[in-house]
Amino acid sequence: MNRILPVILATAFILASATAKAERGRDGHVGILYWQAPSILNPYLSGGTKDLEAASLILEPLARHDENGTLVPWLAEGVPTVTNGGVSDDLTTITWTLRDDLVWSDGSPVTSADVVFTANYCLDPAGGCSGLTQFNDVVDVEAVDERIVRITFGVAKPYPYGPFVGANSPILQKAQFAECTGARAPECTDANFNPIGTGPFRVVEFRSNDVISLEANPHYRDPSKPAFATVTLKGGGDAASAGRAVLETGEFDYAWNLQLAPDVLEGMQDAGLGVVVSGFGTLVERLIVNLTDPSPGLGDERSTRTHPHPVLSDQAIRKALSMAIDRETLVEIGYGPAGRTTCNIVPAPAPYTSTANDDCLVQDIDGANRLLDEAGWLPGADGIRQKDGARLSIVYQTSTNAVRQDFQALIKHWWSRIGVETELRNIDASVFFGGDPGNPDTYLKFLADIQMYANGFDGTDPEPYLASWRCGNEPRPDTQWQGQNIPRYCNATYDALVDEMARTGEPDERARLGRMMNDMLMQDHVLIPLVHRGRVSAHSASLGGVLLNTWDSELWNVADWYRIR
Amino acid sequence: MFHYTLRRLAFAIPTLLFISVILFLLLDLAPGDPTASLPLTIPLEVREKIRLSLGLGEPIHIRYAFWLKQFFVNEPLHLISSLTGFDVSGERLRVISWQSRSPVVDIVLERMPQTLWVVGLSYVVGILIAVPVGIVSAWRSNGWFDQIGTFVSMVGFSVPTFFSGVLLIVIFSVHLGWFPSIYDTTHRVTDLGSFFHQIRQMVLPVSVLALYNAAQISRFMRASTLDNLHLDYVRTARAKGMPERRVLLVHVLRNSLGPVVTVIALGVPGIFGGAIITEQVFKVNGLGHLLITAIQANDLPMVQTLTFIFAVLIILFNLVADLLLGILDPRIRYG
Repeated sequence: MNRILPVILATAFILASATAKAERGRDGHVGILYWQAPSILNPYLSGGTKDLEAASLILEPLARHDENGTLVPWLAEGVPTVTNGGVSDDLTTITWTLRDDLVWSDGSPVTSADVVFTANYCLDPAGGCSGLTQFNDVVDVEAVDERIVRITFGVAKPYPYGPFVGANSPILQKAQFAECTGARAPECTDANFNPIGTGPFRVVEFRSNDVISLEANPHYRDPSKPAFATVTLKGGGDAASAGRAVLETGEFDYAWNLQLAPDVLEGMQDAGLGVVVSGFGTLVERLIVNLTDPSPGLGDERSTRTHPHPVLSDQAIRKALSMAIDRETLVEIGYGPAGRTTCNIVPAPAPYTSTANDDCLVQDIDGANRLLDEAGWLPGADGIRQKDGARLSIVYQTSTNAVRQDFQALIKHWWSRIGVETELRNIDASVFFGGDPGNPDTYLKFLADIQMYANGFDGTDPEPYLASWRCGNEPRPDTQWQGQNIPRYCNATYDALVDEMARTGEPDERARLGRMMNDMLMQDHVLIPLVHRGRVSAHSASLGGVLLNTWDSELWNVADWYRIR
Repeated sequence: MFHYTLRRLAFAIPTLLFISVILFLLLDLAPGDPTASLPLTIPLEVREKIRLSLGLGEPIHIRYAFWLKQFFVNEPLHLISSLTGFDVSGERLRVISWQSRSPVVDIVLERMPQTLWVVGLSYVVGILIAVPVGIVSAWRSNGWFDQIGTFVSMVGFSVPTFFSGVLLIVIFSVHLGWFPSIYDTTHRVTDLGSFFHQIRQMVLPVSVLALYNAAQISRFMRASTLDNLHLDYVRTARAKGMPERRVLLVHVLRNSLGPVVTVIALGVPGIFGGAIITEQVFKVNGLGHLLITAIQANDLPMVQTLTFIFAVLIILFNLVADLLLGILDPRIRYG
């Protein structure tokens, strides 16, 4: 009883205070600042984070992940599982039931037909839908009745929470988008700029790449929410000026994605007008080792599995390169509160996080030197290690970005201390991350020995992410250099684990497999994790209810935001 | 003069077509990919489909022809439809931005007011400061006013706006709290109070740009006035006993305005180009901001259309500068 009493009192207090001021729009106006301005409010036509998050004020999915990464029902009554019968025993169908109080912001009821329409909208081959991955293996989406939708997959789906889960897969209104499918999708500017949604707000005025004015949705399902009557979501400028507007001048209430030097952010917070919040998802800044030979002499066979890398195929070298890196320093210099050290490529969620590789956390230059000596790589006259005529000389590329260039310089310095010569390259991000098969400088072609960038996975399920390193998935000429196995890793044991995970539905077993695959990649040193990167945002001291969510849109719970008095 | 204008305009057509080809080729040959800014979690097959839906599957000459038709036929037809209310454009596809999937021209028109207000006003303010400062500096050249003027224009000319803008924000927004640091583009002037708010939010960006513009133009004005002050007709006018004010403001001013007017007219297209950096610093989100975000996102239809509009303006204002010169100086005759 002693332990329950405070909980009851607290609940009663919250309920009392909630009912005391339970009126929609009671807190007036809130200003949100996204320094990358949203271009469009239809997430299926954009895929950019800024657009997904802006749209999440208006459009909602059936379920989403909360700030702890737990799946919570949103427009659905509950999350279907095998246990509650929502997912069939053979893992090929999932059945969602809509809440019974759902109304679009124009007053018409939300039905399963809208859900079915959304799936067909995205699956239309001519539409160029960016959320297509969410609908992987979907063969049919049907309305069982007004409120029940059944999704059928072509294969057994141990993790069936792709379609309609998360900010990148919300429900569109059929009546509004019916004329906008396929090739006509981009032409419906009115619908793409002013989507009708179920969310807490609706669009008053949308100015592409500039500012969005919104007002509370009069048909929102909870009559006491949202607390704010109007929202301005302003875009433009840069992270520093966004931080200043919230933390130093107080002109705005929330600033998104403040990737700033740690000391700058601290200085801004000292003004006392706001709070910096950070959270960690799955994003890891990593080095990718090329296991194939990128030598210019090989022509079309550069960086293909026909020619193994003359130097980096040696596991001892890859390990030494990882050992020489001081991850603490990298975090301190590059990310501050928005980064932490990691030795895993799957750094979260907790069940998938391995502890088997944690010795990488301590820099060990002497150990790396010893390892290379033992492997027969001995320093030559110029201090660079060599063996059988091959020199330990590496081309290390990444995208143009101040933090990445600092990292390159530091890592080059550490590698020079173990007798490795490094040549640095940086390539404009729009080229490096572009998919142009005619361009030699993309991360896909990987015409270098080592490259660096950040990646992670959406939601909490790492299966597709881990499957990207299976043999045969590497970019090569006959796939027009498309593919996600960037290090060109090929290991039959690993591929067997990928297949096993695709068959396994039991969460603990999936987590064990995920950890094993992570450990294999780490102990083979084909991917060298550097920093687990978080999100940093800031909100004014008077804005309450903010829960930074790295698994979904940062604005996921904007209906619960309120003004602290 | 009328024939001259017509001939110049006729010449402009092949020039502009040539410019549009060059722009299209340059943009197409430049490396970059409109899907590069998407998160890496979006797989490559999906990116390929997005690229195809943007029309990138077609060969370059087809895409150029499409753009020509969209810009020179469909857009004017649409304009006529929306002005007259008659539907002459029908289902014709307009130039569509890849970022927002909406007509490029609509976005340009939406951005025009804030750019004209902020950048245009700063140009006017800059001219109003520069002309008198230039005249007085030349009249009392190497005096204390000239020295201060030279110093201020050196500062205005050499300090980049990303520094002076942020400096003003730190002083006047963060510490003093007098002016907002973020320009509200949705603000509408309805009464005296909202008018004052509009003035307040324009003060910082306009002063930053006006300083820069004034610095440039005042140097031209000073040099041009100095050239004239040493000419014979000035000595004659003074010898006749004409008051100094009249010598300066009637005779010298008109003669020395010639080159300055050319400089000012040629600077006008720059106003429409917006001020990329200043707009970014104060979040004015005008045409400069539009151009830079389109470039970053590889939004080729937007970049192509904007740069082409700038080309049209530059050619147009070259003509305007020549005509103005003819009006100011009757000795120049166009045949």
